[in-house]
Amino acid sequence: MTSLLAVLIDGSIYASWLFLVAAGLTVIYGVMRILNMAHGSFYAIGAYSAASLVGWYFNNGIGPAWVSYLMLVGAALVAGLIVGVIIERGLLRLMYGRDEILMVIITYALLLILEDGMKIVWGVSPYFAYQPYSELGRTSLGLLKVSNYDVALVGVSALLGLGLWAWLERTNQGKVLRAVIHDREIAVAMGVNVKLMFTITFVLGTTLGALAGALTAPAISVVPGIGIEVIVLAFAVVVIGGLGSIGGAAVGALLVGLSRAAAVHYAPEFELFVIYGVMSLVLAFRPEGLFGRTLARKI
Amino acid sequence: MRLDKTEISLGLIALGCVLFGFVSPGWLIFLLTIALAKALVVQGVVMQMRSGLVSFGQGLFYCIGGYTVGMGGQFFGIHDAVAALSLGMFVAIIIAMLLGLLLTRYREIFFAMLSLAFSMILFGILVKSQELGSTDGFNVHDWTLFGWAPEAGAGSQYTVFTMTVVSGLIVAVLIHRYTKAGIGVICEAVRENEVRVEYLGLSPRWLLYGNYVAAAAVSALGGGLTALATGHVDPEMAYWTTSGEFVFIALLGGLGHVAAPFIAAIVFSFVRTYAIEFVPHTWQMILGFTLLAVIIFLPKGLWSLVSREKTGERA
Repeated sequence: MTSLLAVLIDGSIYASWLFLVAAGLTVIYGVMRILNMAHGSFYAIGAYSAASLVGWYFNNGIGPAWVSYLMLVGAALVAGLIVGVIIERGLLRLMYGRDEILMVIITYALLLILEDGMKIVWGVSPYFAYQPYSELGRTSLGLLKVSNYDVALVGVSALLGLGLWAWLERTNQGKVLRAVIHDREIAVAMGVNVKLMFTITFVLGTTLGALAGALTAPAISVVPGIGIEVIVLAFAVVVIGGLGSIGGAAVGALLVGLSRAAAVHYAPEFELFVIYGVMSLVLAFRPEGLFGRTLARKI
Repeated sequence: MRLDKTEISLGLIALGCVLFGFVSPGWLIFLLTIALAKALVVQGVVMQMRSGLVSFGQGLFYCIGGYTVGMGGQFFGIHDAVAALSLGMFVAIIIAMLLGLLLTRYREIFFAMLSLAFSMILFGILVKSQELGSTDGFNVHDWTLFGWAPEAGAGSQYTVFTMTVVSGLIVAVLIHRYTKAGIGVICEAVRENEVRVEYLGLSPRWLLYGNYVAAAAVSALGGGLTALATGHVDPEMAYWTTSGEFVFIALLGGLGHVAAPFIAAIVFSFVRTYAIEFVPHTWQMILGFTLLAVIIFLPKGLWSLVSREKTGERA
């Protein structure tokens, strides 16, 4: 019983983390048809900005601890905004209209550039910002002790998911965005400023990625290469849920999160295997993912 | 068997390489061996690219080839290099025949992602298997060639080099003939418009399936030769960044000629060796900018620099 509870708790914590990481990826794909390999780097940039800012804050002992939570979010917003605008305006804008697969390769090049760019800016030694994590303490649930920070993460993730959903389904801008998702050309014909929508979407995507990194930073040591590990997990999640679907990403995150937690508790050898195993299984029966749209073949 | 101009030049270049091996220093031989072995994996990527599929998981078969060679010596007493390499190709073909049934239903990014997922599954299994050295991998036993044991060090290094050159030549000639044959030409038609190929009464799916299996065999050969040359295998061979590197080399060379992947792999290896020595933290950045430059300025790869004059008018 305890181990089942542990699987459920671990699974939902891991799932909420996965959703944070994958949400930006799926939003960008849904609107722009770009499968962004550099998404993991945005995650890493967010983690580095947050960790260096929060680390600096606590090392100098300037003020109360709650400020550091604002700093985590603030660092992610600023980093995501700057990086997103630079990349969308400076590089991707020149590439629109090319094959989807070529865009994958272009963002792969971007990933390589950003990985080393981070080494140049932040060096190769690890950054720590554990204080926001330890500050919140732990809660006992029966025999289990759960970190409050992780529980808060579940809440943040759920709020973020709801917020995204509400924005897409309940606001005017979301309606326009859905029009672009549905048919880009008709949207242009109807007077939608698709270029602007692309910029907004991309910056939103990078910011979500950076936010995921910033919120994770207190729980890990921030070292080079964290983005590269994260991106394949995010891929698995969005592909399972159906590329471009936010609800799909949530379901994909839950599936992957729970099955990984189950594997970790019952058969640790299969920890990594199970993630991609679930992905292959879903794709074998539903190539578009659980919530993807089937497209007619065009001649 | 009539040889055409390309085949004769490939043969002469291979002969030149083998002779060059006698006089060149050890480090250069090693570098060229690894480059050529990797070029074989890249040939697999290129074969699929010609029919429009980009595999971000070719490291799967690179790794299978390497691990089979290593495990053959470690657990099954297979010390003959040719037997071990053939076994690696055989295992890769079997696995590719199974995975291919599923993978050939997918195109574009879905093919890329699913092939990536499969190589990550292998990576996930290997890092968790204690018997195979987990993340460290294990060393490849000493090997023999038809009962003859090359002396350790320079002797065995040169032998692997020669084997790699000969394998490269055989593969290059086979691929060259394949691309010139009717079925090879159809590959390009599949890339341009798959539905129309179907209307012609052909099955693109089985063509892609055949391509996938053949590419797996070639890549496994490259992986096996790498294992023999370095004397070590580790799970990193199946990690997705390794596969990304193969895609990079494939794009660098382009699809224009069967020799392009070899040239691109050699250029890549030299640049990497010097870049890692002089600018260790900007090596990937150089790669990234090069990739962008190739996509923007040389969409047909390095080979288009060579062939531009000949085909410039028609293009």
